[in-house]
Amino acid sequence: MTFQDALQLARPEVFLAASTLVLLVWGAFRGDKAMGEVSIGASLALFVAAGFAAVSPEGTAFAGGFIADGASSFGKVAIYLISPVAIYLGDRWLVRVGNGRFEFPILILLAALGMGMMVSAGDLISLYIGVELQSLALYVLAAFRRDDVKASEAGLKYFVLGALSSGLLLYGSSLIYGFAGSTHFDLIAKSIEGGAAGTGVLFGLVFLICGLAFKVSAAPFHMWTPDVYEGAPTPVVGFFAAAPKLAAMLLLARVLSEGFGAALEQWRQIIVVAAFLSVAVGAFGGLAQSNIKRLLAYSSIANIGYALIGLSAGSAEGMEAVLVFMVLYMIDVTGFFACLGALSRDGKPMEQLSDFAGLARVRPGMALALTALSFSVMGLPPFSGFWAKMFVFKAAIASGQWALAAVLLLGSVVAAFYYLRLIKTMWFDTAPGQTDKEPLDAKGVAIASALFCFPVVLPALAVLEPLAKTAALAFGLK
Amino acid sequence: MTIGLTHYLAVAAILFTIGVLGIFVNRKNIIVILMSIELILLAVNINLVAFSVYLHDVVGQIFAMFVLTVAAAEAAVGLAILVTFFRNRGDIAVDDASMMKG
Repeated sequence: MTFQDALQLARPEVFLAASTLVLLVWGAFRGDKAMGEVSIGASLALFVAAGFAAVSPEGTAFAGGFIADGASSFGKVAIYLISPVAIYLGDRWLVRVGNGRFEFPILILLAALGMGMMVSAGDLISLYIGVELQSLALYVLAAFRRDDVKASEAGLKYFVLGALSSGLLLYGSSLIYGFAGSTHFDLIAKSIEGGAAGTGVLFGLVFLICGLAFKVSAAPFHMWTPDVYEGAPTPVVGFFAAAPKLAAMLLLARVLSEGFGAALEQWRQIIVVAAFLSVAVGAFGGLAQSNIKRLLAYSSIANIGYALIGLSAGSAEGMEAVLVFMVLYMIDVTGFFACLGALSRDGKPMEQLSDFAGLARVRPGMALALTALSFSVMGLPPFSGFWAKMFVFKAAIASGQWALAAVLLLGSVVAAFYYLRLIKTMWFDTAPGQTDKEPLDAKGVAIASALFCFPVVLPALAVLEPLAKTAALAFGLK
Repeated sequence: MTIGLTHYLAVAAILFTIGVLGIFVNRKNIIVILMSIELILLAVNINLVAFSVYLHDVVGQIFAMFVLTVAAAEAAVGLAILVTFFRNRGDIAVDDASMMKG
């Protein structure tokens, strides 16, 4: 393969990197008044990169460090299409709170670039570079409101725990490299199949999974999630909960299936425990929360648990379930945080559960959207969340994981309590007063995602499912 | 006594453990946490270079270079966030980072 061919495979990322640099210089010259222009440029760059990823040829480049296949294209298109939504919401929101700076779209672009690298990683080094590129941008985004006490605390906590998780991931990588003799996923797989690698590699694998579990906020490595979700700016949290989770899930799926396919029985045990704990922590931890952002943090932990159930199936069907689940969840959660970003009372954002009392009378449109999104995350048919859980459930049953399938159902039932409580508060409690007029941008995104939950999801699934199926085959599991 | 691979791995494991404990046990200062993070990354580097020599494979040393570079970027971002935190709170004691329960 010539260097030209390699660049061809990496075209979405090369294009994104180049446009990020151009936009950065543009912003540096024009100052913060250029935020709107940089945001538009960044969104266009992401759309173009998504187009490149959709038509990307398949193959491996840069000595196996970069993989372009069905799964990476699927992940990249999803990530590059959801990131402009985050730019759009965040840009308007930050201008409203008087914190509009042109670095915001640049940081989202860098994070998206890191995520593109993550889903294409074919080697422990490119895995690490992708994870770090994404994480470093996200740490800064969490602390983006630098005059806000809570945001800087959230950024600090996210940074410390994120750096620790990178350390665990790296320590695991170094052990895998040493005991398997290579950093390439396929060579690691060969050495495990040949029986040359012993407990050293498995020891490294445990560390690697722990590090990635931090990034997807799976229990028992979830402790940063509620604090970061509460403190970080609302549209930024909407971004955190969507694209990075998908990228890290895809990365986890790729490492486990391509690098450690032969050690399926070993890693399945770890993933099963993490899935069980995540569902339990997410469902029960959310019961005691009165802050909606913290509540959504626990909800995201539970949902990552459901996705891990799909992963633990260890089959192509399970991977397909993970992909469908994550994409549908991503749209749900973006809508949720768009609602939170839109609603305020007397200039103060509505974050406590009690703030939502009687919303249905004051803002029926928003209340309806929030209700649809809650029903969806709860897993009520015919909303999108139901179909997402359905795929995971079927995959778990097909691979004989009955206990986990039961855990999925039980977790959904327990978690339904806090979504129903939110719905009850909105529709049946008395409103303390008028809310501010909601901005059009966030309202638009909220209503669009609510409409996606139902009824758009039905035709969308007909398109999404075959795409996810072909993407899942790229992992080489049966 | 010759110094073999296991000795290097043992030193790296000890440094790694000190680093992790430094993050969790330390109740004083956030700068100490940043130092612990560096310690973890350097422990990994010892591992990588030792394996690289042992395997006669240069990839480990290349990996170590990447780790060093990213560690520098990470420290820069960490210190920048720490500065904003200090400006808001006027202190960088670990126990101060507790506005949100968790």
